[in-house]
Amino acid sequence: MLLTRRIEFSASHVCRRPDWSEAENRAVYGEESSPRGHGHNYVLEVTLEGDPDPVTGMVVDLKQVKAVLEQEVAGPMDHRHLNAEVPPFDQVVPTTENLAVEIWRRLEPHFRNGAARLRLVRLYETEDLYVEYEGR
Amino acid sequence: MKAADPNSPLVRVARRYRFSASHRLHTDLLSAERNREVFGKCNNPCGHGHDYVMEVILEGRLDPSAGRLLPLDLLDEFIRRVWLSQVDRRNLNLELDEFAALVPTTENLAVVAARRLQEAWPHWFGAREARLERIRIRETRNNIFEVMVPQAGQRGMESHEVIVEGRRQGA
Repeated sequence: MLLTRRIEFSASHVCRRPDWSEAENRAVYGEESSPRGHGHNYVLEVTLEGDPDPVTGMVVDLKQVKAVLEQEVAGPMDHRHLNAEVPPFDQVVPTTENLAVEIWRRLEPHFRNGAARLRLVRLYETEDLYVEYEGR
Repeated sequence: MKAADPNSPLVRVARRYRFSASHRLHTDLLSAERNREVFGKCNNPCGHGHDYVMEVILEGRLDPSAGRLLPLDLLDEFIRRVWLSQVDRRNLNLELDEFAALVPTTENLAVVAARRLQEAWPHWFGAREARLERIRIRETRNNIFEVMVPQAGQRGMESHEVIVEGRRQGA
């Protein structure tokens, strides 16, 4: 069975490589490369997979899922500047793709030994753009 | 662009577009009475329209230097040129060749969109790592249709590959 928990966080970022020319940055990142940065209301959907416990009827304790999401994502990222305050985005361009992969890396170790495993991370940067990552 | 590292992350990127179009669900293969039974309100002779929402879903391994599967400005330009310019504010029955002999249900619209985008893809993005993975079209808030785009070497798109996630009103 799959279950999905959703959280929102707001953060600013710049998608820009200092070793690329202005033209290269514009060609790859478009307006996202605007040097002084801008922000988004990110929406994260985290999908877990497991079987319901026969006694509790639950796959996983959602309070614990909420705590993990708070500790790994909302705590460090909400109302932050990703490039300036959230490693590895001082080194890695915080595209939606890289952010989804980083969120997977942060969350996956928490779901290795319990009843539920991490199956999918879906990160909306805007209503019209999202990225999915399944750890492959 | 260099070949993607097989160890780099495999991601799906979904981009949402909107277009408004009219259609009428009717087929000459059925009687007038049977058309009304099958298509209900959608068989109204004067047609009707929708604000469609289309998700274009790409898949590929990330080029680590950019961290971006495909420049979104380029993808937007591709979708605008190949699809939106052909369907937005159009009559699907009268203005898309495919629907001369095919009912413009959103199942069929998704197949036509996937086919047109797939055909034009190599010319625009053939050298890139990203490939079209699926097309999802929302006809109304209640009806969503999705079609997988076959990878090279797979059998072609058939209408039975359409997954209907909603029920058409009146059908």
